[in-house]
Amino acid sequence: MHIHLADQYRPGAGWLHRLDPRVKVIVCLGFILTASGLPPGSWLSLAGLFLIALGAAWSSGLGVTFALRRSLIALPFALAALTLPFTTPGERLLEWPALGLAVSRPGLIQAGSLLLRAWLAVQAAALLLGTTRFRELLWALEAVRVPAVIVSLLGLTYRYLFLLADEALHMLRARRARSAGGRGPGMRWQARAAGAMVGALFLRALERSQRVHAAMLSRGYDGRARILQTRRLLPADTLALTLAFAGFGGLIAAALTAA
Amino acid sequence: MFLSPAAMHIPDGFLSLPVALVGWGLTLALLAAALRRTNTASQLPLMGVLAAFIFAAQAINFPVAAGTSGHLIGGALAAILLGPWQGMLAMTAVVTVQALVFQDGGLLALGWNLFNMAALACFAGDWVHRRLGALQGRRAPAAGFLAGWLSVMAAATAASLQLALSGTVALRLVLPATLGVHALIGIGEGLITAGAVAFLRGAQPAVLARPEGASGDRRPAYLLLGLGLALLLTPLASGFPDGLERVAERLEFGAQARGLGIGLLSDYAIPGVSSPALATALAVALGAALLAGVGWLLARSLARAES
Repeated sequence: MHIHLADQYRPGAGWLHRLDPRVKVIVCLGFILTASGLPPGSWLSLAGLFLIALGAAWSSGLGVTFALRRSLIALPFALAALTLPFTTPGERLLEWPALGLAVSRPGLIQAGSLLLRAWLAVQAAALLLGTTRFRELLWALEAVRVPAVIVSLLGLTYRYLFLLADEALHMLRARRARSAGGRGPGMRWQARAAGAMVGALFLRALERSQRVHAAMLSRGYDGRARILQTRRLLPADTLALTLAFAGFGGLIAAALTAA
Repeated sequence: MFLSPAAMHIPDGFLSLPVALVGWGLTLALLAAALRRTNTASQLPLMGVLAAFIFAAQAINFPVAAGTSGHLIGGALAAILLGPWQGMLAMTAVVTVQALVFQDGGLLALGWNLFNMAALACFAGDWVHRRLGALQGRRAPAAGFLAGWLSVMAAATAASLQLALSGTVALRLVLPATLGVHALIGIGEGLITAGAVAFLRGAQPAVLARPEGASGDRRPAYLLLGLGLALLLTPLASGFPDGLERVAERLEFGAQARGLGIGLLSDYAIPGVSSPALATALAVALGAALLAGVGWLLARSLARAES
């Protein structure tokens, strides 16, 4: 199955869940920018970022291993990065002339830094998405100046995603039920059938979108979404944002001055 | 694992910061152009539901050889069914929701991911499809196949150029591997796109008969996409050191600097402070205070926007 409908949100009541979603979005972006901007080989600063992510996960009751499984998604890219020690020119640490392979020091530093910062960025995003409902996330995105049209589009996509995915899964189940596990006359035929299913799904979606649009118009939709429930920034939110950025600043400065 | 669409969603950390930021700049310009050329407010329900359709259509697959399966990424199909600008916006919603809800692909890398899978895939598919002629003619499925195949190849090539430019993997390794794998993935994409076009041509030809020019002027997209590809290709073509050599030089320099006992950025040494440990501590405090100020100002502006 090439679709996984496991929403990343974990219900909970830790302080990360209660933190203002706008603050979470900004801090998460700051974290990822910091991680990506650190020069290769800034091990101390990378460790500092790791402690921040670990501390946040642990202190808000998510568990230390929360983000670990999500890191697997980066596996194909991690495998590509593992070729770096062999392909980067520079001082050689190990050599196998018989195989024509050599491990270079800059290559090792680059590959190690890369995998660490990718792993850290995955953790930061996992913490944001694990503690923020999609509805709150959309509201936060609009508050940090993402155009309202895009935010509404994302909201509608999310709203009908699970419905249409269900419909696609029903169609797949119907195909399995009628083909008795057989593989059909051949790949061409299979592809044609899959294409026809996609086409049929499109017609259903098109019809649904027209019904949805008519229903929205009948309720007074004028192209803007209105949200009744908002929240105000609390002193604790300001404190969290300021402290997080202080941490990032300190770690960047440490990486730049490290001798 | 390699034969899944996730292999095209670049996660965070695998692009260098400047490369990632350039990608965001190009993508924001493309999105602004798309929003200007579509009547988005009145088409929101249509595009939202159809973005969800693309997402769901990615679940429909068929077995190919060796335990892999053919399936859809959707850029070409979105462009054929909705027009390139609307298709690009629908794909933007798909790829962004994949990043924000399912963590497929990074947030900083989302700029290039949108450039590849939403903009480039849609406009490449649209270009092939229009070149090959009538939407409703007998050649429509063949045009759909080529549009689907090329959209995947274009997006995959762009993604490997971005990775190579970031110094994440050597171009001579990533390009053949990516092109080889995606030439196969593209066949699945092409077959499903062709099948969908053939089905719709029989079942409801009206939905394929988009009025010509309904999707507006394509030139801004060609300009921005061309600029992006040129930015990706120039460093490789002009004999500049490739990403990895640059990385190596920087790191070798760092190692030499360490060996000579000077800091990587000795300009940061603070005059009048002789102890390196104290200088580092001061720099750390300064950096922390500086960004704490930035954080506080951001919080202030959030609070001000409320009232």
